[in-house]
Amino acid sequence: MGISPVLWEFLTKWLTTSPVWPREASTIAPWADALFIFLWLMTLFGVVLVGALVFTFAVRYRKERHPVAVQIEGSTLLEATWTIIPLGIFLFIFVWGAWLYFRIYNPPADAMQVYVVGKQWMWKAEHPGGQHEINALHVPIGRPVQLTMISQDVFHSYSIPAFRVKREVIPGRYSTVWFNATEPGVYHLFCTQYCGTLHSGMIGEITAMRPEDYEKWTKLSTSGMSLAQNGERLFASMGCNSCHSGNAAAAGPNLAGVYGSKIKMDDGSEQLATDGWLRDTILNPSQHVPLGYKPIMPTYQGQISEEGLIDLVEYIKQLKTNYRIQQTLNTAKAEDVVQPTPDQKVTP
Amino acid sequence: MSTIVSLPDQTTAALPKRTYINNEHGILSWLLTADHKRIAMLYLVSITFFFFIGGFFAGMVRLELLTPAGDLMAADTYNKMFTMHGIVMIFLFLVPSVPATLGNFLIPIMIGAKDLAFPKINLLSWYLYMAGGIFVLTTLVLGGVDTGWTFTTPLSTHYLNTHVVTTATAIFIAGFSSIFTGLNFIVTIHRMRAPGMTWFRLPLFVWSNYAASVLMVLGTPVLAIAIVLVALERTIGIGVFDPTKGGDPLLFQHLFWFYSHPAVYIMILPGFGVISEVISTFSRKRVFGYTAVAFSSVAIAVFGFFVWAHHMFIMGVSNYSALVFSLLTMLVAVPSAIKIFNWSFTMQKGSITFETPMLYAFGFIGLFTIGGLTGVFLGALGMDVMLTETYFVVAHFHFVMVGGMLMAFLAGIHFWWPKLTGRMYPESVSKLAAIITFVGFILTFFPQFVVGYLGMPRRYHAYPPEFQVLNVLSTAGATVLGVGYMLPLLYLAWSLKYGAIAGNNPWQATGLEWQIQSPPLTENFIETPIVDHEAYDYEWLERTKERELQHVG
Amino acid sequence: MSLASTITNPPEPEIHASHDVHEHPFYQKHHFETAEQQREAASFGMWLFLLTEIMFFGGLFFAYLLYRNWYYDAFVSASNSINMVMGLINTIVLIGSSFTMAMAVWSAEVRNKKLLQIFLLATVVLGFAFLGIKTGEYYDKFAEHHVPGASFDIHDFVHPQPGTNEKALSVDMANKTQIFFSLYFAMTGVHALHMIIGIGILIGLLWYSRSGIYTEGYVQPIENFGLYWHFVDIVWIFLFPLLYLINRH
Repeated sequence: MGISPVLWEFLTKWLTTSPVWPREASTIAPWADALFIFLWLMTLFGVVLVGALVFTFAVRYRKERHPVAVQIEGSTLLEATWTIIPLGIFLFIFVWGAWLYFRIYNPPADAMQVYVVGKQWMWKAEHPGGQHEINALHVPIGRPVQLTMISQDVFHSYSIPAFRVKREVIPGRYSTVWFNATEPGVYHLFCTQYCGTLHSGMIGEITAMRPEDYEKWTKLSTSGMSLAQNGERLFASMGCNSCHSGNAAAAGPNLAGVYGSKIKMDDGSEQLATDGWLRDTILNPSQHVPLGYKPIMPTYQGQISEEGLIDLVEYIKQLKTNYRIQQTLNTAKAEDVVQPTPDQKVTP
Repeated sequence: MSTIVSLPDQTTAALPKRTYINNEHGILSWLLTADHKRIAMLYLVSITFFFFIGGFFAGMVRLELLTPAGDLMAADTYNKMFTMHGIVMIFLFLVPSVPATLGNFLIPIMIGAKDLAFPKINLLSWYLYMAGGIFVLTTLVLGGVDTGWTFTTPLSTHYLNTHVVTTATAIFIAGFSSIFTGLNFIVTIHRMRAPGMTWFRLPLFVWSNYAASVLMVLGTPVLAIAIVLVALERTIGIGVFDPTKGGDPLLFQHLFWFYSHPAVYIMILPGFGVISEVISTFSRKRVFGYTAVAFSSVAIAVFGFFVWAHHMFIMGVSNYSALVFSLLTMLVAVPSAIKIFNWSFTMQKGSITFETPMLYAFGFIGLFTIGGLTGVFLGALGMDVMLTETYFVVAHFHFVMVGGMLMAFLAGIHFWWPKLTGRMYPESVSKLAAIITFVGFILTFFPQFVVGYLGMPRRYHAYPPEFQVLNVLSTAGATVLGVGYMLPLLYLAWSLKYGAIAGNNPWQATGLEWQIQSPPLTENFIETPIVDHEAYDYEWLERTKERELQHVG
Repeated sequence: MSLASTITNPPEPEIHASHDVHEHPFYQKHHFETAEQQREAASFGMWLFLLTEIMFFGGLFFAYLLYRNWYYDAFVSASNSINMVMGLINTIVLIGSSFTMAMAVWSAEVRNKKLLQIFLLATVVLGFAFLGIKTGEYYDKFAEHHVPGASFDIHDFVHPQPGTNEKALSVDMANKTQIFFSLYFAMTGVHALHMIIGIGILIGLLWYSRSGIYTEGYVQPIENFGLYWHFVDIVWIFLFPLLYLINRH
């Protein structure tokens, strides 16, 4: 053979370093792969069946062997067969796919929370403990992690192929995805929704670590302030505490323990206090007026960044008592500093 | 190898004296014609032009992806390349491909009419198409557009400063071209059939174009309004899709896919029609289960309107609407499966020959089967999460659109070339081209399934190095595919002057179009035909031939 | 003629005979067998085109319903701010124009050229009247800074004029009035564009009617245009309550 040894070496190196199957690194990955393999078997079966039919007929009934065609009108039985059998297979796949979808998108209740903000062209991850990462995400293995994600500008999509999960990151609303990593390692993070010039640069690394390594990492990379602490500060500086003080006579409802509960609204409906709901009440308060309160809260649209909103949401989620609110309120009054600026106030 | 081709004696044969081609002379006689056959030829020339423009962009995309780094061109240039590739191929090639050329030429003849119902509107369609095309070329000259063909808001409305409005105008205008073509077909098929040409005697080519026309007429206006709103949002700042003003960007997705999913059926259905004609002719057999094939086209058209949200499974549609759309997607896959089996069984007990159109049809069946079944992967909810927005999707729709539709288009062009021009294409080189296309296609797009499952996102200018091998294979295949597409351009042009004289019916086919001279007269038929036989009735054809022989004898 | 009958009953042979000796009316195009076929094809084509138009407006109506549901208060306030009287006058004008158009079709059918021209002219005048009033409305919106875009101002909705019993909106809801006005301008704008195109065609019909072709049996262009004009009218009949009459008492 004339292949030069250098070329040969190059080729073998090339081929051995090129995967044809993605790594399975989450609990969902084997399930997704099982369906994927089944689907390929179905495709193979279909192609072989059709190929065999076409090939056999082409050989057996070619003009040389079969000079005169025999006209056949059709066959209801055969039509029914190849309507019902594919339909049955497709419905089976539908059920399987739906089952997998619900597994992928319904997080377990005890999932650890991480927030992600996407913007052209970077991913910011914020851990509740105050660790901030850019184009990277550190997660422990063996523990469900839920990402609550939002975009500051255009549609993005958060994709981790090794975990077989992906979710669109949308401007103006939270979307979530969860996974449970199984293998320590470093995996690709891609933005899969075309988002402008540097779309292909909106990538990053997902580092799955053993719990003890993750503990170490959290300790080393904290910024010193947790998200809830940031949120508390913001809560005070935006003057939220002046109404949401937890006092019975306060102008705003008590926020302690509100997260996750169903709230009766002014218009008679009931709304569930989720992350997205909390965010929306800050931006569009007049659409979320609780029963017995006046629609006097101003909108904070354009005044708080998405990161700030995440801090506030995280703070309200953690809020169990109003003790500290009243503390900060008293301090604020004493020092007479933060008051809402006039343009934030809207006369009813 | 035996063949069914029966050509007149080449030493004495000549093209007919009077045809639609030489009926009038001069460039104006073409530009102002109301003859559906001449308009079809105008379309054929223009879509071929745009096909190669779109192909050039595809080539640039594949060249850039030869290496993992973005080293051939800048990121925004690359984005413009794939955007222009998508826009040109979809709106200026695939949507008009079979209907506007072969459909335009053949539908009136197949149903025994002298022309489409509205010949002037037909010409207007072509001018609108060209206007759309010129707007696209203008965009190119001005510096291109990089929205992706999907125009995702708010990216297209607020975050790009390329020529979005010009492109939107192009698509809006080209959309009207396809609305008018569809409208013309529907009215023609309803009202212009010759005496005795009942619905169930129509060739399946007519049925499938009819189904595609319904989609064009009902779907395209929704795209038009979505595009208008995008353009208004860019120019005067209305906020219907703008999340900062309270608008919902997902609304755009709904409106866009409400057209753009049916659009894939607009693209593929006429191809189904071509395959039905070709397989029947080269098997000398009536299409197995004619009514099943006819109704499956209609079923695809109807279901096709109710599956659009399967493009949005990961975008936060509610779990329950995702379930409904996934289920409907599974249902829409069934009629395609029915067709595949009916085509296969059409060959049973036939008398099969292997001319070029038949080879393309075999290619179509194989590639469309893979393309269709990989669509089921994407319709399955949980699988779609992994696969959507990756190269798997790219491979899937190229299997359907290029492996399916383009194969069907080439099958049709070869099959009706003798009717269009009066001359045969050269058989052996065209068989070679068919095989090259098939091999090139598999090599180009099969690796993309693999790289897609590895997670390589679509529309990436640079990618991780471990995906390189598969991308190199794909680019190599694209080169072969390019050769496969250049060949027909050359030998078909050659055959215009040097091809064998075809005679009326070189394939011994049964359609009305084969019973008249090639190329046809401007008025198609000397007298209105009266149809007294079913479609694909080869025994009728034999009887007619015998009668003619007796008359001559 | 119904579909089924065209399939089962092929045209009688006499028709071919008449075709061969060219006895068909002057307006029959060469590719139709009979004038009846041509007329049916044309009106079928027109209905299909109107179906296309329904889908076109359908996208806007869908958007309207979605946002009206989400931002009902904003839609009510914004709707109250547009001039209902002008809208009502416009509705009457447009219904009037539909009437004159219907009369024009009738005049063509009874082959009265004079009447046809009078009614076409009346339709043109009413069409222009509609557009004139619409321009007035647009001007008001412009002056009030209610046109979406950079100059949009929510002041009127946050601080309604004292004396009116308008509910004051909070800022976040008032911002959503911009969506209403976006839809208002998109819907009435696209409608007005249809009116302008219609008036253009009307003027063309008026011009060609001088030769008398429409009053000598070739009714079909007038009839088809009538369908278009009524369609545009019907769209307005939907737009008027949806845009002007949300929660009026």
